[in-house]
Amino acid sequence: MTALDWKPEGDGRVLPVVTAPAPVLSSPAAEVDPTDPAIVALAADLVATMRVSPGCVGLAAPQVGVGVQVFSLDVTQHPKTATSHGTFVLCNARIVEASRWRPGREGCMSVPDLTGDVKRAGRVVVEAVLPGSGEAVRLTTDAFEARALQHEIDHCAGKLFLDRVAGAHAVYQRKTYL
Amino acid sequence: MHELAITVIGPDRPGIVADVAEALADLGANLSDSTMTRLRGHFAMTLICTGPDAAAVEKALAPLSGVLSTVRVVQPEADPAGAGEPYLVSVHGADRLGIVAAVTRVVAAAGGNITDLTTRLVGPLYVLVAEVEMPAGAADELATRLAVAADELGVDVTLRRAESELL
Repeated sequence: MTALDWKPEGDGRVLPVVTAPAPVLSSPAAEVDPTDPAIVALAADLVATMRVSPGCVGLAAPQVGVGVQVFSLDVTQHPKTATSHGTFVLCNARIVEASRWRPGREGCMSVPDLTGDVKRAGRVVVEAVLPGSGEAVRLTTDAFEARALQHEIDHCAGKLFLDRVAGAHAVYQRKTYL
Repeated sequence: MHELAITVIGPDRPGIVADVAEALADLGANLSDSTMTRLRGHFAMTLICTGPDAAAVEKALAPLSGVLSTVRVVQPEADPAGAGEPYLVSVHGADRLGIVAAVTRVVAAAGGNITDLTTRLVGPLYVLVAEVEMPAGAADELATRLAVAADELGVDVTLRRAESELL
């Protein structure tokens, strides 16, 4: 496991999480300039908000009402994690390779009352840039980090897990948190 | 406004859902939760909606040919109780009388609450899949009892946690 060389600048603010049917969750988000100070601050805010949300392993900017292609991720504590790149924020991320597709049931802070069965790649290669430095990165990962990356990149494309559920009977009411 | 529980069943054909949904929408009946599925060539719909009185809905559905429907006023759901742990029960084997009765009785006796259940009979093969909420710590006991019931029925059963990951 190799953590990405990235740290949030400052503590960041905890932002309110928006829930569906908010239009910002359904619109493709804009590409960003990763060196823009507002994006650097947003990156810290996403990490701060993710940290205070129980069970949250990733948070995309549209989930805090900002329609830009930025998300935070940290799967280090999750039991299904194999490869992990630590806590990081990516901008303008793209999946360039995806394989080992597997079904799994997932939920989302922005759709708090439902879960759904979604097929995701168990191995992905993602290209993105880091906020602050603007450094281009290429991550190869698997298992839970791969699933989480696909979920967050979907948010940046204006897609929810509901857009990918496996069938008419693959959405479930979710009554318990964790 | 009333909360209405509606069931509709009729021979499957393209447009049956649209016809029913349109009749309800024209009345101002707002669909909330529903399941609709094809069962051996019959299309079955179970719907909860809020809208006008039951008689108006019955009248609107009556002209649909070959369709049986029931409409009744129900009480809105109370605040849902704290849910248990989600599990999936899968059963498959040779068809025989009483599989659903026996399996669901075992689940109920273990304190499990079935939230969704589907059965299919294809040729000689009977398949049952159920979503069950279990009290904390009760699943091991249920697995043991299900194994006994499955043995008596001559079917295979698995109980597994319906895990979901918050992303």
